Amino acid sequence: MIAGVCQAVRYIPEERQSDATLNRPLIRDDMKFAAVKIAAFQWVIVGVFLFLISGFWDLQVRNEEVYNEKADANQIKSLPIPAPRGKILDRDGRVIVDNHDSFRLILSRDNLREEHLEPIALGLNLDPAELAAKVQRFRSRPTYFTISLKEELTPAELTFVEAHRGQDAFPEMELIRSQYRVYPGGGLAGHLLGYVSEINDSELNSAEWAAYNPGDVIGKTGIERHYNEVLKGVDGQRRVRVDKWMNTREILAVKEAVPGRDLRLTIDLDLQVVAELAMEGRRGAVVALAPRTGEVLALVSTPSYDPNRFVGRIDSRNWSQLQNDPGRPLFNRALQAQLAPGSTFKPIMLLAALEEGVIDDSFTVHCGGGATFYGRFFRCHKRGGHGKVDLTRGMAQSCDVFYYTIGNRLGIDRIAKYAEMAGLGQKTGIDLPQEKEGLVPSSTWKIRRLREKWYAGETISVAIGQGALTVTPLQLAYSIGGIATGGIWMRPHMVKSDSPAPARRAELNLANVNKVLNSMYAVVNEGGTGGSARVPGLEISGKTGTAQRASDALVRSGKLSAEYLDDAWFVGFAPRQSPEIVVAALFENGEHGNLAGPIVRDVIKAYFDKKQRQDRDGSNLARSHGPEPAQ
Amino acid sequence: MASYRRIRDLDWPMILLALVISGLGVLQIYSATLGTVSAPAWWKQIVWLAAGLVVMWLMAKVDYHNLLGQVPLLYALAVGLLVVTPLLGALVGGSRRWIPLVFGFGFQPSEFVKLVIILLVARYLAELKSDRLEVRDLMKLSALAGVPLLLVASQPDLGTSLTYLPVLAMGIYLGGLRWQHTAALAVLAAVLVPMGWFTLKDYQKARLEVFVDPAKDPLGSGYQVIQSKIAVGAGGIWGKGVTRGSQTQLRFLPVTHTDFLISAFAEEHGFFGVVVLFGLYFLLLMQIVQNAQSAPDRAGMMICMGVCATLLFHLLVNAGMAVGRMPVTGIPLPLMSYGGSSMISVFMMLGLVNNVRLRRFVS
Repeated sequence: MIAGVCQAVRYIPEERQSDATLNRPLIRDDMKFAAVKIAAFQWVIVGVFLFLISGFWDLQVRNEEVYNEKADANQIKSLPIPAPRGKILDRDGRVIVDNHDSFRLILSRDNLREEHLEPIALGLNLDPAELAAKVQRFRSRPTYFTISLKEELTPAELTFVEAHRGQDAFPEMELIRSQYRVYPGGGLAGHLLGYVSEINDSELNSAEWAAYNPGDVIGKTGIERHYNEVLKGVDGQRRVRVDKWMNTREILAVKEAVPGRDLRLTIDLDLQVVAELAMEGRRGAVVALAPRTGEVLALVSTPSYDPNRFVGRIDSRNWSQLQNDPGRPLFNRALQAQLAPGSTFKPIMLLAALEEGVIDDSFTVHCGGGATFYGRFFRCHKRGGHGKVDLTRGMAQSCDVFYYTIGNRLGIDRIAKYAEMAGLGQKTGIDLPQEKEGLVPSSTWKIRRLREKWYAGETISVAIGQGALTVTPLQLAYSIGGIATGGIWMRPHMVKSDSPAPARRAELNLANVNKVLNSMYAVVNEGGTGGSARVPGLEISGKTGTAQRASDALVRSGKLSAEYLDDAWFVGFAPRQSPEIVVAALFENGEHGNLAGPIVRDVIKAYFDKKQRQDRDGSNLARSHGPEPAQ
Repeated sequence: MASYRRIRDLDWPMILLALVISGLGVLQIYSATLGTVSAPAWWKQIVWLAAGLVVMWLMAKVDYHNLLGQVPLLYALAVGLLVVTPLLGALVGGSRRWIPLVFGFGFQPSEFVKLVIILLVARYLAELKSDRLEVRDLMKLSALAGVPLLLVASQPDLGTSLTYLPVLAMGIYLGGLRWQHTAALAVLAAVLVPMGWFTLKDYQKARLEVFVDPAKDPLGSGYQVIQSKIAVGAGGIWGKGVTRGSQTQLRFLPVTHTDFLISAFAEEHGFFGVVVLFGLYFLLLMQIVQNAQSAPDRAGMMICMGVCATLLFHLLVNAGMAVGRMPVTGIPLPLMSYGGSSMISVFMMLGLVNNVRLRRFVS
């Protein structure tokens, strides 16, 4: 067809036309002139090919390794698989601390480009300066460490990530599945559980956390911290082949995460709740122990805080609010408040006096509202005096003159010996961080500490649980619990274990111990100071304590603010024989020990109510199933 | 008259080489588009290949002297098409190069203008009664080739417009250039090139800047070069195997089945494959040169050499770009890159070469 069209105008080179029509001399259409040029051009072709081949040689043969590595870097990504943190359960297996599934956005540092940080921060509602500082912290770490950017993305943030994580936007961003710590109870058991949060700079530089990396989430206090290694598990890793859009195309290798182990606590959630309710609106602490096993049944410090506020990274406003709260909610009073025990120290005094033989059963004193020792008058809390006081009345009425007298007979070092035997002045060794020792004064302590001789007059104050003597609520429950079990102090612990807890024993005359315990029974049940803790049908024994925070002179001046009001203590246990539970309560500025009594009463009552309920249910259960019929 | 225009008189070695290269192209297009929306590209390419063969036969049948006679008409037609292209053309990637036809097919007039330029230069030089080009000839030739060149460049499609230059250069080279003129051209180029910089579009400037330093913009224009070099380099000596190249298959490599097909080929077939492929191209070009040498007249020789120069230029720019030795332009790899216009225009050029060959014994 084309031929047909073209036939119309046929082109004939001029030299083929008749010579006659042309004036110019003809040059024959000779090809020879070009032969050399064409031959030369062939060399140009050879040159071009050599040029190209050398280009390919350079990349494919000389630098194959380099580019292979780059191709791998393009397509192979290592993504962490965060190990789920172990759950925390109460003694009955109820979940107190849980995880929920979430997405975590991480920043891969293999191809991190500084100029991407700001737009990423803005897209995710993060502070660009904070993000830059975060990246800075990772400077010294190998690039395969990823930076955890944000947990719990909002839908808008997820959209931002999805739209920008391709190779041509911000390929640094990776989305991985993770678990997010939740404390369903909010502030419930907040102090004993503690909380998890991102590791900070000073922790990273400490020996304890040397094996950790920036961005790791660690337990900061409480159980979460003490059992961090158990709970955390081991993170896994996934090597995947991704395409240009960062979509996973193939999984190359998976190192599965080893989940953290669940922890079953000795805490009874029911008792914990009762204790917290009893403490509501008050400042103080409650510790409930099972004295024969050392198990901690409840551990309360009020005011409390919501651990959920710390998860991830607490913002500085929240943090300073908690730090500056006058109620000191972050302070775990149960093991950190070191306060004078007041009269709750008297059972230890009485035991010491009986064991050391400084008094016998018939020993009595006359209380006229006070007594003079070493030229100084020491008041009894009862202005009018108790009259004739024997050892049971001395405990039941908490007569100070009685204890001044036996304290004077014992002397400070014998008092210290029994206080230390009962576990005061040293850590109990509970499996919670930051426990405090309290203080048991002695002559050697004073010389070592203050470079001064002990004055016998100082002993008189210590005899009623004042002076330099301080204890923590935990220590008080522990020490009285040990006496109540006849001189066996089981180490308090928070986690259920098959093996028994380590114990300390003291060779005590059980007759003496029983005298002390009987007098403590009288405190609650026989018209003593602790009548507020009485529950008909339950054999609760205990001791009140009203501990001064300020000197007598200051109190009399009447210029004291509420925070110098006396602390109220109560320590009680039940039943009388082979006790199952011992509870110490501190009610800061509660003014009288009698007011701490109901707190202890409620917890002990809840314990036995529950026990009774379980026994009934248990026997019902047994009955409903019935015994297997004999064949 | 008809006896020497039989099919068996065609340049079969050349056609066979072209078919093998095209076959490798189809294979590579298949591999590069596997699992993407462009997956049917490979068989479309086969259709284009078949169409190319038919067009080649048609181009071989008509005596090229007749075609040369139509040059003024073809030239006018070409310029006219290029003028209307921006008006009718579809906007693709910021420029209008395509004229859409029925059924979603379209064609790129600038591809076919190459042929017109080849014929134009051939006729001009054949009419020249001298072994030397005068300044006047240079000016006229440059002006004639310059009009379509500028029209294409303004689409804007700088890459394709540059493919007209090698034909012109070949013509001037074969036409005979005085050394004074060579010097003058060099001076002119030295003046024009910096001036030309200011007429470039921003993305064109960016591409040239990135050519000098790809790391300057690793995710923008430089991304293509960086990823292409990674693909080529990772191929190593023996290659990763068909459909096994990670750069190609995971789409790190851009426009794999068109502009960067050779990078995908190099990744999957390695240096060995590249050498074999270049060997085929080399033989093809040598075959064309041989046809030029045996051409019956100046015009025929010029046509063959024009085709040869055009193909060589495409190869140089496209493959050079894949290894970072040439700036990024949208110039396709002849016979391999996916695309109907390119495929058909290359086969039309091969048709012209066959045309000359069929008439080599005419006296």
